[in-house]
Amino acid sequence: MAAQLTAKFPEVKVDWMKERRLKVSTSAMHVKEVGLFARSTLGFDHISTVSGVDWIAKNELEVVYFVGSTTPGQEDFILAISERIARDNPVVPTMVEVWKGAEYHERETHEMFGINFQGHPDQSHLFLPEDWNELPPLRKDYVSPGR
Amino acid sequence: MVVAQQQKSGAFQVLVGKIDDVLQYAIGDPMRYLANWGRLYSLWPVHLETACCSVEIGAAAGSRFDMERFGALEAFGSLRQCDLLIVMGTVTRKLAPRLKLVYDQMAEPKWVIAMGACSITGGLYFDSYNVLRGIDDIIPVDVYVPGCPPRAEAFLQGLVLLQEKIRRAPSLSGR
Amino acid sequence: MTLEAEYSPDADRIMSVSLGPQHPGAGHFRIKLWLDGDYVVRSEPDAGYVHRGEEKMSEYRNYIQNVPHLERPVILDSSNILFAYALGVDELMNNKVPQRAQYLRVIMSEANRIISHMYFLAIQGLFLGHTTMITWCMGDRDFWIDLAERIGGARVTFAYIIPGGVRNDIPPSAIEKGLNTCDWFDKRMDEYEKIFFRNPMVHQRSDGIGVLSREDAIAYGATGTVARASGVSVDVRKDEPYSAYEDFEFKTPVMTQGDVYARAYVALLDMRESVKIIRQALKKLPQGPVRLKLGPQPRVPAGEVYSRTEAARGEMSYYIISDGSPRPYRLKIGVPSAKNLRVLPLLLRNVHVADIPPIYWGLNYWPVEADR
Repeated sequence: MAAQLTAKFPEVKVDWMKERRLKVSTSAMHVKEVGLFARSTLGFDHISTVSGVDWIAKNELEVVYFVGSTTPGQEDFILAISERIARDNPVVPTMVEVWKGAEYHERETHEMFGINFQGHPDQSHLFLPEDWNELPPLRKDYVSPGR
Repeated sequence: MVVAQQQKSGAFQVLVGKIDDVLQYAIGDPMRYLANWGRLYSLWPVHLETACCSVEIGAAAGSRFDMERFGALEAFGSLRQCDLLIVMGTVTRKLAPRLKLVYDQMAEPKWVIAMGACSITGGLYFDSYNVLRGIDDIIPVDVYVPGCPPRAEAFLQGLVLLQEKIRRAPSLSGR
Repeated sequence: MTLEAEYSPDADRIMSVSLGPQHPGAGHFRIKLWLDGDYVVRSEPDAGYVHRGEEKMSEYRNYIQNVPHLERPVILDSSNILFAYALGVDELMNNKVPQRAQYLRVIMSEANRIISHMYFLAIQGLFLGHTTMITWCMGDRDFWIDLAERIGGARVTFAYIIPGGVRNDIPPSAIEKGLNTCDWFDKRMDEYEKIFFRNPMVHQRSDGIGVLSREDAIAYGATGTVARASGVSVDVRKDEPYSAYEDFEFKTPVMTQGDVYARAYVALLDMRESVKIIRQALKKLPQGPVRLKLGPQPRVPAGEVYSRTEAARGEMSYYIISDGSPRPYRLKIGVPSAKNLRVLPLLLRNVHVADIPPIYWGLNYWPVEADR
């Protein structure tokens, strides 16, 4: 699996989180191609969740797509496709065309981290109140009012 | 002259006051008692779930604890007919205006039970960015039921306390 | 001819209606509906009424302090949401959890699955106009709560499964009580089948309502009972056996109709398998310690982990990043309700208004869990 990916996309970095958990690090430019390849050729068709991470020390934001599979034999395999972007202008392409189920997960990542998903059908607030006008709450420089 | 008139009208007012007291005890008090007695065994709760304590309300309304024994029906949809608002747990910033709206739409007399630590002080979520630290700022509360979540029995005790409060309400309006 | 082809959502005759958050059919949750007479043309879920910022709170607390607040979102299923968390932290810390603790985790997790499914069936009975189901299920659910209370010490929030094992040992009396409850519940489930699942009225109300095809279930990332009712055999317990699940014999129930009826029936079949697992686990319960000594503020080595378990509603997953400090750097909870939420606007199209509550509740959607 890892060899297939690196053969097709020489610029991606693959590392194993553990057995049957493959993390693929790529850039915002190539993430969609990697996603399409993972879905159609490698058989990762079942989106599990999308997470954002704020690496404030490196001034970067990370988006991770966790994709599972319903293909017999690799149900236990989880592919994590990660991309990193600068914190000042976080724009990444949406993956809704690849996995339709990513829509609400991306919407949540947008409101929690302020990451813009280009081409996303609707990026209005999903969980936060309509009148939220502070920083996106899961960014590290946002401090909870109780703390 | 002026003083005498004042004394006279003062005596008259005392007389009126005495008659008023007698009338209130003789007629008003049984009426107050009757009206509030009628209210306390027919509480209609609003169906507004705010957070996870609603599971214990479900259990309290279920067949084991059976809330109807105490004269409170299962949660009901129409606000105009409801007189009890049970705030089941955490109130978030998004829900707070809706909670106020629901309370304002209910007809008087109405009572509020704050159920769970979150609706009393914010509970476990005291340092969350989206949670209100208690609902006292939005609506007046009659009975607090602590716990996280309170057991169904604890909620039923809160209900009985509220009924005791309604029974002892000082006026005919039930407040 | 589909209604959608005929009308556009902004035509004059289309009425927009807000269902919830104060509504018996949609607690803690609002569905924006566009209606044409009795038909739903379009719908849009409006979540977030119970968003409490669990993920941000986790970054302020250490790994042990995180246990109590993490179980609150899924209060019906509190052991399962902690199970995935404990697995993740154990993996980061390289904990060798004792075998007895593994078995107790499984027992508690399956008991919680039954408690959650009973609540689901009770309310589904109410929404389908079957009052017997709510009184029976709500009453019988309390017997399982009694068992879980004897093991975990609380009615719904047990905080039982913790990193390093379980909080306390099972009392000897609970083993016998558990076996008795299993035997009694087997008979009880036959009665549910007779009165609810073979009831022609229930069939008429739920057959062919809210059909989700297999392709859509996969494409939209549906999980748990929703996916299994549509013919997708996803079950983390089978796919990737964690804890002690390899030791037990059980099946993954799958149905193919994908309608409201199938989603309820899969829940019943799930409970049958859970009873089987609990019985095997109670009989084979090994001896030994139940918890590792971790200390109040355990150090967790730096690293990242993606752990998942099969909760009552579907795949529960955690993405935990540790930077070596006592507190997690990032903790993402991937809850099954959030994964199934995208299916709702798909199903609420071209359906009658009266079918909205069964379809909504049939997804086994719990807003508190989805909002976190």
